[in-house]
Amino acid sequence: MKAPATLQATPFALVFLLFLVLPLVLVGVVSFWRASDYELIPAFTLQNYVDVFNATTARTYLSTLKFCVLVWAVTLLLGFAVAYFLAFHVKSVGAQTLLFILCTVPFWTSNVIRMISWVPLLGRNGLVNQGLQALNIIDSPIEWLLFSDFSVVLAFVHLYTMFMIVPIFNSMMRIDRALIEAARDGGATGWQTVWNVVVPLSRTGIVIGSIFVITIVMGDFVTIGVMGGQQIASVGKIIQVQTSYLQFPMAAANAVILLAVTLMMIWGLTRLVDIRKEL
Amino acid sequence: MNDHPDSNAAPKLARRTLLKGAAAAGGALAFPFVHAQEKITLRYLGTAVNQDKAIAEKFKADTGIEIQYIPVTTDDVTKRAVTAPNSFDLIDTEYFSLKKILPTGNLLGIDTKRIKNADKITPLFTKGEVGGKKVGDQGTAPKKVMYVASPTAKDFAKEPTQFMTLIPTVYNADTLGIRPDLIKRPIESWKELLNPEFKGKTAILNIPSIGIMDAAMVVEAMGIYKYPDKGNMTKKEIDLTIKTLIEAKKAGQFRALWKDFNESVNLMASGEVVIQSMWSPAVTAVRTKGIACTFQPLKEGYRAWAAGFGVPKTVSGKKADAVYEFINWFLDGWAGAYLNRQGYYSAVLETAKAKMEAYEWAYWMEGKAATQDIKSPNGDLLAKAGSVRDGGSYETRMGGIACWNAIMDENAYMVQKWNEFVAA
Repeated sequence: MKAPATLQATPFALVFLLFLVLPLVLVGVVSFWRASDYELIPAFTLQNYVDVFNATTARTYLSTLKFCVLVWAVTLLLGFAVAYFLAFHVKSVGAQTLLFILCTVPFWTSNVIRMISWVPLLGRNGLVNQGLQALNIIDSPIEWLLFSDFSVVLAFVHLYTMFMIVPIFNSMMRIDRALIEAARDGGATGWQTVWNVVVPLSRTGIVIGSIFVITIVMGDFVTIGVMGGQQIASVGKIIQVQTSYLQFPMAAANAVILLAVTLMMIWGLTRLVDIRKEL
Repeated sequence: MNDHPDSNAAPKLARRTLLKGAAAAGGALAFPFVHAQEKITLRYLGTAVNQDKAIAEKFKADTGIEIQYIPVTTDDVTKRAVTAPNSFDLIDTEYFSLKKILPTGNLLGIDTKRIKNADKITPLFTKGEVGGKKVGDQGTAPKKVMYVASPTAKDFAKEPTQFMTLIPTVYNADTLGIRPDLIKRPIESWKELLNPEFKGKTAILNIPSIGIMDAAMVVEAMGIYKYPDKGNMTKKEIDLTIKTLIEAKKAGQFRALWKDFNESVNLMASGEVVIQSMWSPAVTAVRTKGIACTFQPLKEGYRAWAAGFGVPKTVSGKKADAVYEFINWFLDGWAGAYLNRQGYYSAVLETAKAKMEAYEWAYWMEGKAATQDIKSPNGDLLAKAGSVRDGGSYETRMGGIACWNAIMDENAYMVQKWNEFVAA
């Protein structure tokens, strides 16, 4: 006998309820509480939200959004290009698999080690600066290579382009090759084919990849911390500092706002493509 | 129990034999019944810096009790003590965290009658004195939070009592670390941290409660303001301190802020930074890479910190006995000597001295030139014969304490302002 669909979905629904919905509700509840140095006091106060809205938070959100846009744009371009190459120019499945594994190589070491290893490369006495100086291209080391907006974006791109490549590649592999041939037969140039055929048909992958990248960047504080020399603020960092000083209600209020902002961005993206229909 | 003649031979014996021997020795041991039990494991919550594998191994060899380390960050130690007191049997935390932990009632006052060397704990903790002289007590000086009236008390006793909040494990005094090879001139004051000469080559610690005190040392050294208590600033004082930091940051003074021990080592060793807030073992770590680095004594003094063992209210019976046994063992000399050789200081100096070579004691504690090469506990060369320890003797260094790591009454406001500094 076949169990009804609702029954089949129950176990997973319970997992979600227990580990996603319940914690989120708790975060929401705690965001209205008060706290002393050592205890949480159940209450209903909007003070946490009032405190969150200040110039620092606004500046921090702007800075996080800036990274979001920059990283999204770069990973999209790179990810699309790599996925395009893998999907249309590499013919054999074996070679595709091999190249895919190559793309995952950066993930074989820990996130933090990967980030720290940028220091000897980009630092004041790093490989890049020494190389440029040896070639007499620059006289004194370039300071903005490390602990700057540039290095933060670089690290993000290095880390998260993969999240763009995979879904876009997946969408591209489902494109009927006959459509491309038809475009060519119809006299479209290479660029026209890409723009008018491949891009629209890969948009599901693009949107999914974008959701990955945007949510990760919005919540990240480790990369921004390490690559920004801890001198660049991020919303995640503020939340982390507040939790480590046991200011859970403030942290919860911040988390609720961050969640709302991120959800709005995702909602906006899903308005562009109905992911459920396309999958 | 280390006084027992068998204890030196203990590591060579199988545990079973040791247990038999220990059981036979019976009355000579403080807590013989602990040994009769099969396998007690103590969950030791603390920061990784203090959790040395060699200490756990030696303790197990001596007593058969297993230590299971739970390494987390300083902030997380406090967080767990407040939110999850039954997730550990022994806590190793900093004294300044007590202001948050004690009011929760999660810690039990430690009965000093059960601590053999309690009366030998350095007067720095009990009276705030080094060599008979008072040292700076701004911030959470241990003597302010050392005692409670009863084991279950939730506030601190003003006068010494039978019950201690924490039994000190390690402590030290922090100052600025510098790269003498890149600075090439003497550094004598905290104000050099914000000296435009080092623009883009300095770093400060990004742990708000400690970073702000380093900043306060700088503000005082620059002659901008004299704090009544750097460890407990008013909102106005916090504003002033953060304003100074923000101005420096906007002018590009800092290359980076650091939060993790290894980050500070990395910044210094790579030459990204030439002067920064630093911890003593980090300076040692830079030096073992063969790079010149000095833990620079400064005329305004040091910012001191101290950590100690606390007993959570959730342990009882044999586990509680084992906790007491560990604390007693810790103060008995072997661990103290081990810590002293790492450049920290131990709580009971007398017992540690007995376990150190005379030349080691002279170098680490008396500030004398090393008569032979000084090695770390695991055999790395730390200083060549003839060199002298930065900051000199115990009395010179610890006597130069200006303030202690602290939690301010305006902590929440301070954290908020610190976030502004980071975002500026």
